[in-house]
This record gives sequence, C-alpha cells and structure tokens, in this order.
Amino acid sequence: MTAYLIRRFVTSLIVILGIAFITFLAVHIIAPSPGRAVLGDRASQAAVNAFNKQAGYDQPVWVQFLKYMWALLHGNLGFSYKSNQTVDSLIIENAPHSMWLSGISLLLSILIAIPLGIFQAVKRNSVADQSITAFAFTCYSMPQNFLGLLLIGFLAISFHLFPSEASQSEKIIPYITAVRANFLPILTLTLTAVAAYSRYMRSSGLDALAQDYIRLARAKGLSEARVLRRHLFRNASLPMITLIGLSIPALLGGNLVVENLFNSHGLGLLFINELGNEDFNTVIALTLLGGVATVVGNLIADVALTVADPRIRIS
Amino acid sequence: MSIVIGEVAEELRPAEPIPEGGHVQGPRAGWRLALSSFVENKLAVVGSGIVIFFVLFCFVGPFIYRTNQVDTNLLNSFQAPSSQHWLGTDSYGFDELGRIMKGGQAALEIGFLSSAIATVLGTLVGAVAGLVGGVIDGILMRFVDILLSLPLLFVILIISNRYNGATVLSLSIIIGAFSWLVSARLVRGEVLSLRVRDFVLASRTMGANKRHLIYKHLIPNALGVVIVNITFQVADAINLLALLGFLGYGLNYPNVSWGDMLSNALNYLSDGYWWVVYPVGICLVLVVMAFNFIGDALRDTVDVRLRRR
Repeated sequence: MTAYLIRRFVTSLIVILGIAFITFLAVHIIAPSPGRAVLGDRASQAAVNAFNKQAGYDQPVWVQFLKYMWALLHGNLGFSYKSNQTVDSLIIENAPHSMWLSGISLLLSILIAIPLGIFQAVKRNSVADQSITAFAFTCYSMPQNFLGLLLIGFLAISFHLFPSEASQSEKIIPYITAVRANFLPILTLTLTAVAAYSRYMRSSGLDALAQDYIRLARAKGLSEARVLRRHLFRNASLPMITLIGLSIPALLGGNLVVENLFNSHGLGLLFINELGNEDFNTVIALTLLGGVATVVGNLIADVALTVADPRIRIS
Repeated sequence: MSIVIGEVAEELRPAEPIPEGGHVQGPRAGWRLALSSFVENKLAVVGSGIVIFFVLFCFVGPFIYRTNQVDTNLLNSFQAPSSQHWLGTDSYGFDELGRIMKGGQAALEIGFLSSAIATVLGTLVGAVAGLVGGVIDGILMRFVDILLSLPLLFVILIISNRYNGATVLSLSIIIGAFSWLVSARLVRGEVLSLRVRDFVLASRTMGANKRHLIYKHLIPNALGVVIVNITFQVADAINLLALLGFLGYGLNYPNVSWGDMLSNALNYLSDGYWWVVYPVGICLVLVVMAFNFIGDALRDTVDVRLRRR
C-alpha cells in the first residue's frame, strides 16, 4: 500500500507541475506584454518597454518560466496590477467566504444525501423513492443559475422569506453569522449537490444491498436498523469519499455561478470581476489554484479510501 | 383450423434442449436487444419525444410562427402574452416565443456540434492510447489528467474573454476542445478491457489481423460507451452554454442563447414579467433532462447488452 501511495503522490506532483506549466503558457500567450494593459492605451511605447523590462517580461521565455516556478514554490502567485496588490492577498481576502459557502453546503449535502440515498435504496421503487428521484433529477438537470433564480423568485420576491443577496460583509465572522442572508446561496449549492450525491448513494446502496454480507447479517439475526447502520451505511458510503474529493473543483466552479447570482464575496466573484478587468495574473492564478485543489482533492480521496476500505489497503 | 393443428403440434413436440452455453444469437441480436430494452424504458421514450419536439419546435417552428428577431422595438417591450405574441415580448421588444426558438437552435447546435467534436477527438486519443500503450499511452493520459484537473468553466471563460465575438461554431469548438477528456478515458478503458476478452483472443487465434480486430470487435463494442457519453455530453454542453450566457460570455448579437435570456430575465424578476423568466428556464431544464433520461436509458441498455451476451 505504501508503494501505491508513493506512486499516487508522485503522479499528483507531475500533474501539478503540468498544470503550472500550462497556466504559465496561458499567461504568456494571453498577455505576453502586460505593460500595455497596465499603463493603458495612451502610454508611450517607451514607458511600456520600461515597465516590461522592470517587471522582467522582456527576458527569454524559459527564464520567465523558471522565475514563475520559483515564485510558485514560495507561494507567490503574482501581482494584480489592476487591484494594485498581490494575488495572494486578494485570495486570502476572498477565500474564506468561498470556503464557508462551499464547505457548509458540502457538509449539509452529505448529511442529507447519504441517509436519503440509503432510504431510497431500501424502499426502492416505492412512491417515495420515485418522487425523490424525480425531484433529484429535476435539480440535477437544472443549471445552477436557473435553480437560484427560481429560489429568488419564490422565496425572496414572492414570499419575502430571505433576502435575494448574500451577506455583503467583508469580514468573515459577520458573513458566517448572517445565516438568513446566506440562506439562498447555500440552499442552491446544497440542492444541486444533494441531487447528484443521492443518485450515487441510491445506486451504491442498491449494490451493497445485493451483497452476501447483508444477507449474512440478516441471517444471523441482526435487527434491520443494525444491518442498515453497521453494514449497509458503511459500505455504501465508500464511493462518497471519491465523490467528495471530485466535488472540490465543482464547488469552486459552482461558486462562480452562485457567487455571481447572489453577489457574494468570494473567489468566484473575484474571478469574473478580474476577468472583466483583463487582470490575467489573478485569473490564471485562480485557475491554477482550482487545478491544484482538484489534484489534492483526488489525492486525499484516494488516501482516505485506502484508510476506510481494508480491501484496498491489503491488496 | 390449420392454425390450431399447428399450435397443438407445436406443443406436442418435445422442447428443444437448451444448447450448452446458452442460446446462440445472430450477430445483430445485441443491437436488437438494446433497441427493445430502450423502447421498454418509459423515460427514454419520453426523453426522445422531448428532444424530437424541441428539434421541430426550434428549427421548424420559426417558419410557422414568424417573428422579427433582428430589430429591437422598445415601444413594444414587456407586452403580456396575447394572440399576437403568444409568450409576450422581452425588454427589447422581441417576441419571447420566437426568441426561445432562436435560443434553442443555438443550444441544440452547440450541444450536438461540441459533443461531436469532443467524441471524435476523445475516441481517437483514447483508442490510440489504449491500442499503442507504453510511453505514448502514459504521455497522453498524463496530459488528459492535467487538463481534467483544470477547472473547465474557468478555462472556457478565459478563452471566451480573450477571443470574443462568440459564434455557434467558436463556442462549439471551445466547449468541444475541453470536453473530450472524459470520452478519451472511457474509450481507453474500454479498449484495454476488450483487448484481453476471450472473443478478441479467439479472433486473434484464428488469424485476424489488426484491422479486422479494430473494425469488427473493438469499435462495435466500444461504441456503446461512446454513445452513452455523447448524450450526457450534449446535456452538459447545453448546461454549460446556459452558464456562459448567464455570466456574460454567451453568444453575440444577433444570436442569443437561453443563458443570455435568463441573465437578462434576472433583472426583471421582481417586476412581474413572468413570461421572460420561466418559459425559457423550463425549456432549458426540459431539454437537459431529456438528454439525461436518454443517457441513463442508453447506459442501462448497453449494460443489458453486455449482461445478456
């Protein structure tokens, strides 16, 4: 198993290097000479050249790449000329909001989807199962912007239950405590995730129910509740680990839409704003961050799966 | 009379022994089985019906229900549904029903075109990786890993922002160029597992050359997985287009996508103009759901085909 983990770790490292290379290339191709973008159309060519020279954009590509990688190793993601601060500080300012929104909705969706999926698997093809499936399928097929729009339309505008905008506080503590303001964005994210997870959970529950160990557990006289809790729940939840690892980038991408729709501070809104500003350093850094998050998420999921599942650990 | 005698005779005849290893089926039986199990699936039929309806609605509809989708007419904006404008008009005075048809054309075209691009590219890469193996397989798959790790929506947004002037073709190429990864992985996996199956081995033992193996065994068998993936890809592309339009990177005037319409509708949500908000969203959900239905049913179908063989 150690060999497997080491191999897994090394491939992840290679993939991260590849991502860094691609993002560097992307910055280079999209904005080879940032001087013009930073100084504006009316700046003289001499000023633009001087800026590029000072910032090191006139050096050969490979020197720039090495410098970029060196900076990345030190956790330096570049400088946002449009906001006149480092990309790191921009990310540190905005990340907590995103992480709160994603994290709480991920947690809620797991807490809802696992029991829901098991319930559907146990009561398969009943009216309840089919109505939940229909509901999940509808949410699953709905782009997040329309789901959010429906929620705003009904819960915010027709019934005035919740505000249509997320909390606008820059500080994270008041943002977290503004439960009512953040209710709709969290609900949107949670519904989308529950729709996807419960479908997986239902099918993995059905698979587990057909296994011999469930029959054995029942045959030796365990109560149904105990069979479900100790045998079905544990085994059926294993695929969820991979799914949660895979959902980290989806949550980042999902945040893009939800943060935009509800105008909530965060990395997604930052991405769209800076994309509009043509601030490519920030935009590419966020893409890199998303890529690394994906790789790390997958790695963690794989490690967690080996810990959780003895069959993988032994083979 | 003769029919009855025939039936009796049929019953009296001793049942044929089941041949060892199950009944022998003709070579096309797999596909016939697949078709029959697809038709039995109610959701699949409903999904196909919805897709056919929307294809007719979006591409034939405009010839029957003629509207002006080029010139804005602000005096005519936000008219409630009437006999003249069945679904009213939007903020620019465009007829909403006609606009949904126009947006639907773009959605379906981009959905099909991008998934065609992605499927061709993905199948090629996956087949090469699976068949050639070795270093080339390693390089191609690491490349797929890297691209798959990048957040798709971010990448597509950056490209759309940089090379603006989005048309149906350019958006299809962008979406297609970044969604072939999953099909490449699927095809590679399928090729790898098929290569060591007994029937391929048997064929090889009988002296089949590589060409025969690829055309007679690998492609027909890997096709199921690819077709299932196409339907999901169409659904994803339509969904993605809606998100792009919503974020302001949709199609350029005079083209319009459902996402653009939704994004525009958001501004008028509290004004009570329900006809600019809900019909287009419902169309979007219906189309995506229909493709998901078909994909689910096809996946079961392919499973059935593999299971019964």
